[in-house]
Amino acid sequence: MGNIFNLLTQDIRFSEALKACMNCGICTAICPAAEFYDYDPRKICDIVQRKNEEEIEALLRSDMIWACGQCLSCKTRCPRGNVPAEIILVLRKTAQELGYYNDVAKKQQHRLAETVGKNILEIGYCVHPDRVVPALHPEQGPIWEWYVKNIEEVAPKFGANYHGVGPGALRTIREETLNEIRKIYEITGGNQLMDKLLNNE
Amino acid sequence: MNKRYWNEYQKAIADDHYFYERSCIRQTFFPGSETTFLKIMKEELQKDIRDEANQHTCTGIGYHSDIVPIETTLTIVARLYSLMTEAGYTHYVPSCVTSFGIFTEMTEMWLNNPDLLEQTRENLRKATGREFELPQNIAHPSDIIYKFREELKTKMKHQLVNRFTGKPLRVVEHIGCHYAKIFPEKGIGKAEFPHVLAGMIESWGGEVIDYPERRHCCGFGFRHYLLQENRGYSIANSKKKFESMEPYEPDFIVTNCPGCSMFMDKWQYVIAEMDNKTYDKEGYGIPVLTYEEMAGLLLGYDPWQLGLQLHQVQSEILMNKIGIKFNPDEKFRGANGKILPTPDKPHFLKQ
Ligand code: SF4
Ligand code: SF4
Repeated sequence: MGNIFNLLTQDIRFSEALKACMNCGICTAICPAAEFYDYDPRKICDIVQRKNEEEIEALLRSDMIWACGQCLSCKTRCPRGNVPAEIILVLRKTAQELGYYNDVAKKQQHRLAETVGKNILEIGYCVHPDRVVPALHPEQGPIWEWYVKNIEEVAPKFGANYHGVGPGALRTIREETLNEIRKIYEITGGNQLMDKLLNNE
Repeated sequence: MNKRYWNEYQKAIADDHYFYERSCIRQTFFPGSETTFLKIMKEELQKDIRDEANQHTCTGIGYHSDIVPIETTLTIVARLYSLMTEAGYTHYVPSCVTSFGIFTEMTEMWLNNPDLLEQTRENLRKATGREFELPQNIAHPSDIIYKFREELKTKMKHQLVNRFTGKPLRVVEHIGCHYAKIFPEKGIGKAEFPHVLAGMIESWGGEVIDYPERRHCCGFGFRHYLLQENRGYSIANSKKKFESMEPYEPDFIVTNCPGCSMFMDKWQYVIAEMDNKTYDKEGYGIPVLTYEEMAGLLLGYDPWQLGLQLHQVQSEILMNKIGIKFNPDEKFRGANGKILPTPDKPHFLKQ
């Protein structure tokens, strides 16, 4: 009994994230995700601290845990020093570990691994202009399109070292450095998570 | 009254000898801002700051999108600290608010949990053979500009004053959630009385607008912006801020975090194109500057080398108000003056 809850408590963040929630709802009042989604951090804290396994499992399988935007506004305001944002990170991690995340979340996490996840391992950047493709980012507008098209001519004007060696913005990160990042992933469970997300389409 | 609170909360910011860590988002969207910060540090303030070739992402965006485990992020942060240690520095300066949050949070975790620190040391050793020390000081670049704002003022060629009316420019400032909401005491003015950008604006002649949604998130939301179908969350949050600031008629917005700069600029473009609505009276939108761009403009740096032309909301009206001279022909030229095709114009947002 109490397996999922125990799993949650094993995460190094958990004890700091949930001390004792008094259900005041201040986090929900400040939460931007609660404003735009069917989401309520107060309810999440309450479900978790009640330690009801069935309820926690239903939570892991729900859409709800994926609504948080990680702004951390809840941390600043909680009068009890709880951090709903961190509880969410632990819940999401556990949902992915147990394979309890629903199909929508599975597909979305797969896409995030395909984009940001691969960016980190392949080029050493989370985000890079080569990978913010205008066709997939219409919100970036015509100037972004112009910049990406002319980046080799234009980037040096801003002092960038686009695909250059040595220091500077947008330099190519050396293979030796990338290999150290990859080795860190291998040793710390990063690859395991990436494999799982990439294989779950 | 507010001033009293602001004065109570000041953080320690190192004086010199900084190790600079570049931001993936700032390099992508505002490379000129990083160049400008380094130029200000070296040429205006004569500081020693290291720009390390061997650095890389902190994984912050991946961490908050749940595709990087915390143990991995801890060890990646440890590798970055090992570069600082190797180069003989102890003052860490991450150029991104997300990174600032990550470095502060991981460092606090290690300080509260020596076993965790030992385990990370072991992981880093095993993966790379490297060793690292924790920094003595972590400061966001804006903290340093804030610290030296009066010294910089003496070198400035312009002020945040409308030359036609003689009145201070009215400025919206946005410090970014992860600057002070995670660890309020690590941000100047904490989360409730943000002063890092406000202090610059006031010192340099402007007036800070205290509008209702001043502390609200820009709406990045990590996975929400990164997933196309969730971008409605991101734009809805920015829109809430724009609607709240509109009645105060800001001359411009200045932001701490490169992500916020980009979103508050691009979402104005999207709202203009979708609804033919802008939050200024003339249909040009409200320019959004990084704090480096704001400082660089006042110091008399060339706006097209700062990279102002990369914003979708353009800054010419603002520059005219300040009295900054610029060459419009240079705006969309290449680095060597090469004439390039100019960008397409939006349908509604005036340029
Ligand atoms: S971090 Fe998540 S739960 Fe907390 S206020 Fe922001 S969106 Fe809401
Ligand atoms: S603000 Fe804190 S105590 Fe109040 S409901 Fe949220 S987590 Fe619980």
